[in-house]
Order: sequence, then structure tokens, then C-alpha cells
Amino acid sequence: MLIYALRRLLGAIPTLFIIVTAAFFMMRLAPGGPFDQERTLEATVMANLNATFGLDKPLWQQYAIYLGNLFQGDMGPSFIYRDKRVHEILAEGLPVSVQLGASALLLAFVLGTALGTVAALRQNSRVDYAVIAVATFGITVPNFVVAPVLSLVFAVMLGWLPAQGWGDWRQMILPVIALALPQVAVIARLIRGAMIEALRSDHVRTARAYGLPARMVVAKHALRAAILPAISYLGPAAAALLTGSIVVEQVFNLPGIGRYFVQGALNRDYTLVMGTVVIVAVFVVVFNLLVDLAYALLDPRVRYD
Amino acid sequence: MTDPVLEIDNLRVRFDTPDGTVDAVRGVSLTVAPGETVAVVGESGSGKSQVMMAAMGLLAANGKASGSVRYRGEEILNLPPDRLNRIRGRKITMIFQEPMTSLDPLYTIEDQLAEPLRVHGGLSPRAARARALELLDLVQIPDPARRLRAYPHELSGGQRQRVMIAMALANDPDLLIADEPTTALDVTIQAEILRLLAELQARLGMSILFITHDLGIVRAFADRVYVMRAGLVEEQGPTRRIFEAPEKPYTRMLLDAEPEGEKPPVAADAPVLLQGAGLRVTFGKPPGFLRRDTRFTAVKGIDLTLRQGQTIGVVGESGSGKSTLGRALLQLLPAEGRVVYLGQEIAGLDRAAMRPHRKGLQMVFQDPYGSLSPRMTVTEIITEGLLVHEPGLSRRDRAERAAQALTDVGLDASMRNRFPHEFSGGQRQRIAIARAVVLRPRVIVLDEPTSALDRSVQKQVIDLLRRLQAEHALSYIFISHDLAVVRAMADYVMVMKDGAVVEQGPTRAIFEAPGAEYTRALMRAAFDLGDLLTG
Repeated sequence: MLIYALRRLLGAIPTLFIIVTAAFFMMRLAPGGPFDQERTLEATVMANLNATFGLDKPLWQQYAIYLGNLFQGDMGPSFIYRDKRVHEILAEGLPVSVQLGASALLLAFVLGTALGTVAALRQNSRVDYAVIAVATFGITVPNFVVAPVLSLVFAVMLGWLPAQGWGDWRQMILPVIALALPQVAVIARLIRGAMIEALRSDHVRTARAYGLPARMVVAKHALRAAILPAISYLGPAAAALLTGSIVVEQVFNLPGIGRYFVQGALNRDYTLVMGTVVIVAVFVVVFNLLVDLAYALLDPRVRYD
Repeated sequence: MTDPVLEIDNLRVRFDTPDGTVDAVRGVSLTVAPGETVAVVGESGSGKSQVMMAAMGLLAANGKASGSVRYRGEEILNLPPDRLNRIRGRKITMIFQEPMTSLDPLYTIEDQLAEPLRVHGGLSPRAARARALELLDLVQIPDPARRLRAYPHELSGGQRQRVMIAMALANDPDLLIADEPTTALDVTIQAEILRLLAELQARLGMSILFITHDLGIVRAFADRVYVMRAGLVEEQGPTRRIFEAPEKPYTRMLLDAEPEGEKPPVAADAPVLLQGAGLRVTFGKPPGFLRRDTRFTAVKGIDLTLRQGQTIGVVGESGSGKSTLGRALLQLLPAEGRVVYLGQEIAGLDRAAMRPHRKGLQMVFQDPYGSLSPRMTVTEIITEGLLVHEPGLSRRDRAERAAQALTDVGLDASMRNRFPHEFSGGQRQRIAIARAVVLRPRVIVLDEPTSALDRSVQKQVIDLLRRLQAEHALSYIFISHDLAVVRAMADYVMVMKDGAVVEQGPTRAIFEAPGAEYTRALMRAAFDLGDLLTG
């Protein structure tokens, strides 16, 4: 399994390389540049700026320099936030985004599993239909709708929770819910389907035939089998949470990396966007690997070699 | 007579389905005395399994049971689970047909053996472990201490069924219900499991209720028999009486359904149709960068000559490579070695070059449920091959050929516009055969064509295959694990084990005087079950 993990990590290097390359050149294809402002700068000032940041060099040279720096853990200077390197900016925002994402993932997994299990046990009852309805709602309504509505109802109208900011646990509640909701829905549906199948399986019949108490049959034998597809989904879910957090961080005004991504893109802050892309890509790759390894730990039939 | 362990009175089971109510069991009564072995026999759909599922509270959610099921005088039918659980898994235990899936794949053998011990016996984890080890020893699993830590997928089918038996015996039950426990196993493993059950019963004295479709097992194993048909008990009595003097025609029909007859060998100078030389099939990949060697040779250099009108029976247990050999002969998977069809080398031909030969080389598969497309009508299924191989035929000619093929296989041509799910297993196998014969092939590879069918249906399919062979001068490669069927169908037999042929020769010679020890073991397990259990 160690060899498998190693091989997967080696395999991730070309993936990341392609992502970085594609992002680099696509960014430069977009019209405009970091120093284009409403009032055009004097040509000499512009030339100076370009020279300072190396933008006067041919594109392939800029690319090679960027790659070389990236290899040493330096993501280059930000073009907009003067006097700051990109990795310093991201290091400030990352803990916020990670905390937000991890909380949402945990909430989605726990709540989704619980809802899916209850629905499967009461298949075709009102509880089941209610869960399916909530799940369908959660999947179809995008979070740029959910987030403002939550904020409007619970912060503005009811005044129960703060509408924005970061630092207090109460400020986390609404963004985490907004971020987790679609994932709760997907996981609940996954678990429900897998659970219905598991409850009909031969080994669950064996457990019942051997007089095991109902909760043991459900929790130990059916749920453990049903949870496996949800585990595999956690990889894509983590990716969805990272992109989802861009919207949620804007709505709730959180100091995560999501807003840098949007602002960076709008300002043509090449290095900042690149830095965010690299971070997100690394997260997705690593998280998918972790999920696959967790799967192997949970299912003894899966062996990587 | 002592009080029965289990008494079932007028049990009815019905299922609510979208197509209406289905009465699976329509008033069944039976008793099992202490220490007795009772067999419930019936073909698929007779309701024999549902009787036991109802008794044990294991019916599917849409099933309802009524009547009475008493364990030592206490009513247990439709008890709430927590009260039923004082008896099921403890006093009455069960083993199932599917050893591959009946154990939870995610837990070790120790975990699963210990569960009923801890739940019913209140044993500590340590005591449960010790008892689990004892039980594995009792069911004669080699190296039991290591098996305790194993997961189900690391054990063979026979070993898993032994684990199930160990689980069933964990709390010293009064009654063991065995629902087709050996159907999914090879004959030699089946004989071992049955012998183990007989031994354990003699030692521990529990009653056994054996559900099966296999009369050979019943005769060797049971004291009394209930014959079920369409949800009712058709006939019951002591095993000997049922076998020697069956009263009902249905019982007689079941007894007569054992395949009979034999096939005379073809003339020594009959033309050779298909010849394989040095056939080798290897799966997996060679070792590479950070990769283990996963190569596995399924067929290890086999020669075979099929003459016109001949049937070669290829016999072997699961994993022996017999199906792989059949596919390799038809170039359905890459193989090394030579294959000559009608004097022309066909090994290594690409798809296009192979196509003209495919018409003469057809195949019928084991699973009549999976091998017909559920979205095509019977006519579409049968004429699909004609579209490829005889594109010049008009639509009307194709329909005519399809109707003719259906009549050939004993189906009414008026059924041609129906879909496969409207047919029974036996009828579907006839459709699969029609799909092959409509192309007027020379050679048909039959891969376990009768294994998924009830004995009485099996007999009809065998008769059909024989008739088609005589009418169309067909040659068969008949792949089967069932020695009785091979004896009736084939004039030449090849016995395979681990990818190699251990013995081959004319059918009669092989069956009368098997040379290899493995062939003898196969035959003992298939034909002398009674001696094997007592001896």
C-alpha cells in the first residue's frame, strides 16, 4: 500500500504540471494586464513596472522563471498587493478556508449519513419522501442563492447569528451550513441508495437470521457497507467545497483564499490566481489519494499493488 | 413419538407485488422430530425456501405469512424481532445457498463467529475467541488460528460454507436449517460438506431440515422427504418409500428427470472440423515498475480434435479452465497455440478476418437470464446474427428463418415478438440455442447450458440438443461440471484440472474405468454420495 501511495504521488506530479501550465497560459490569453487602470499610466512608468515584475521578458521565459520559483516554494510577488509575496497572502487565508471546508465536509458527512440511513430504514414513508425532497432541493439550489437567503433570514431578519466576519464560532455557523447543504443532499442520497441495497444483501440476512439485535444489524453490518460509496464521494466533495467556498467567502465576507481567487482574476493578478490554482489542485489530488487509501482501510477486499 | 422440534401448520406466504398478489406458499404443514433429518425438495419457484424464510422472520418487506410455526410448542410465526431473537440464531440456525455472499465481507471470520456467541451466550471477547477457534476446528478448517483473522474473500467457497456451519453450531442449536447449502459448490466440495454435516449431526444430535432441488443429496442424506410443488406439499414420506414407490406423478417425474442414455462414438474417419494445438491462455500482466507479477495461466497447452457429429465433453470444477478453453477455441480471447477450422488456421486472425468463420462457430452460455438482451424481442435476438452473416436476406426471409429456428428448438413461433423476461429459464435457453442454430453452424460450444436449469427442464434441453445434433450434423464442445449430463451427452470426455487435461478418452471408457485419481474422486462425489456419507 505504501508503494501504491508513492506511485500515486509520483503520478500526481505530471497532473499538477499540466494544471500549472494550462492555468499560466490561459491567464495570459485573457485581455488586459495587472497595471491597466481606468487612467492609463505613462509609458515609462508602465515599462518600469513591467521590468520590475519581469513582464517585459518573452512569455516562455516568464513561464520558466515561474516554474523555477514554484519549485522552491516561492509563488512570486503579487502584482496588486504590493510588498507581499503570493505564498504569504495565501498562508493568511488558507487556515480560514481549510477550517471552513473541513467543518462543512464533516457536517455534510455526518448529517448526510444520518438522513440517508433514516430514509432507507423507512423506505417509501413520509420521512423518506421528506429526505428526498430536502436532498433534491439541496442539489438544485446553488449556494449563491442559499448563502444570501440564510444570511437574510437568520442574521438580518431574526438577528440570531452574525451576518459576516470571522473569529467567533457563531460567525462560522451560517457559512458552514451554506457550504455543506448541497453536499449533505448528495451524501444523503448516496447513503440512502446504498443502504437500501445493503439491507437486502445476503450477509445482512445472515446477521438477522443469527438473531443479532436490530441496531447491530443496521449499524455494524448494513451501514458499514453503505458508507463506502459515500467515502469515495468525499474526494469530489472536497473539490466542490473548495470552489463553493469562493462564493460563500464573498457573501459572508470571510478572509479565506476564495476571495483572492476572484479578486486576483478580476485584477489580472497573475501570480495570485496561479497560486490559488496550485493550492486547490494540490488539495484535490491529495484528498483523492487520501480517500482511496481510506477506502482500502475500510474494505479489506480492496488491495492496491 | 417424541414432541417435534419444529411444527409448521397450514403456512401461507403471499407477496404484494406491483403486478398483484403472489401466493408463494399455499398452506404447507410439516414437522421435524429431534435428531431427524428432513428434506424439502422442489424445483425453483416451488416455495420451498420461502417456507423457511417465513418461519425465521426473514421474508422480504412485501411478504406476509399466516398460519402457525411452533418451536417446541411455542408459536414463533410473526413474533416481534426481539422475542424471535431468543430462538433464531440460537435454537434454530440457518445456512444459506450463497457461501460467497452470506458472510459480511468487511469483518474477519473471528468477528462474525463471535457475534452470536456474545449476543446469545453473553461470552466475553476472550471466551468467544476461544470458542470460535474450537468451532473452526470442529468444522475441520485447516489452520483455524490463521483463518480467524482472515476475511471472507480470502477463503474458498467450501471454506466459507464451513464457517457458516461453524456459526450455525455456535450455540448448540436444536435445529439446523440448510437452504441449498451445497448448490453453489463443486461436487467434490459438496461431498465434503455433506459428510461434515452428517458427522456433526451424529455427534451433536441436532435435527437438520434440508432444502434442496437435488434428489441425489436427498436420497443419501434424509430420513424423511417433503416434495413441494407450486406452494403445496405434493407428497411426503420416508425417503426410501418416496424413492422406491412414489405415489404422485410429479414425484415420479422428478425422479425420472436424471439424464439418461449415451452417445455412440463417431466413425474414426469422420472429417475433422476444429482442431486446437498447444492452446495456452494467460491472464494478467508481467511484472513492471513498482508492479507485481500478476500473470496466471488458465489453460496450459491443450490439444483437441473435434470431428463432424462428435460431442466432446469438457469436465472440471470451477477454476479448471474449461470455459476459458471454449472461448479460446472460438478466438473470443487471445490465446497462444494453433486453431484450425475446416483446414484453415484461424488463430491470430483479426476481427474482420475472423468474421466469415464466426457463422460456423457458435456458442451458448450458462446464464439464460444474462445472455439475452432484455430490450430486444426474440425475433431481433435471433435474427441479429443473420444481419451480419447473411446480409443479402430480405426481411421476410429473416423472419422465416427465425420462425423456423424457434420451431426447431420447440418454441411456438407465435412467441417471436415477446421479450426475454416473459420466458422461463428453460425457454430462454431454447432461445439462446435458436440464436446459434439459425446461422446453420458446424460447431457449437455449449458452456454449461443446463447448469442453471431444474433437472426436469434440463432433461428437455438435453433432448433438444441431441435432436438438433442428429438433424443438422452438428458438433458440440460440451462444457460442464455435471458428470451425469456429460455422460448422457458426450461421446468423448476431457477431464480438466488447474488448466490441464488430466485424462481423456471415449466416454464409456472413462466412466467405466477412470484412470486418474482426480477423475475417480469426481465420480465418487457425483454418483456414490450415499457411500461417501456413511463410509
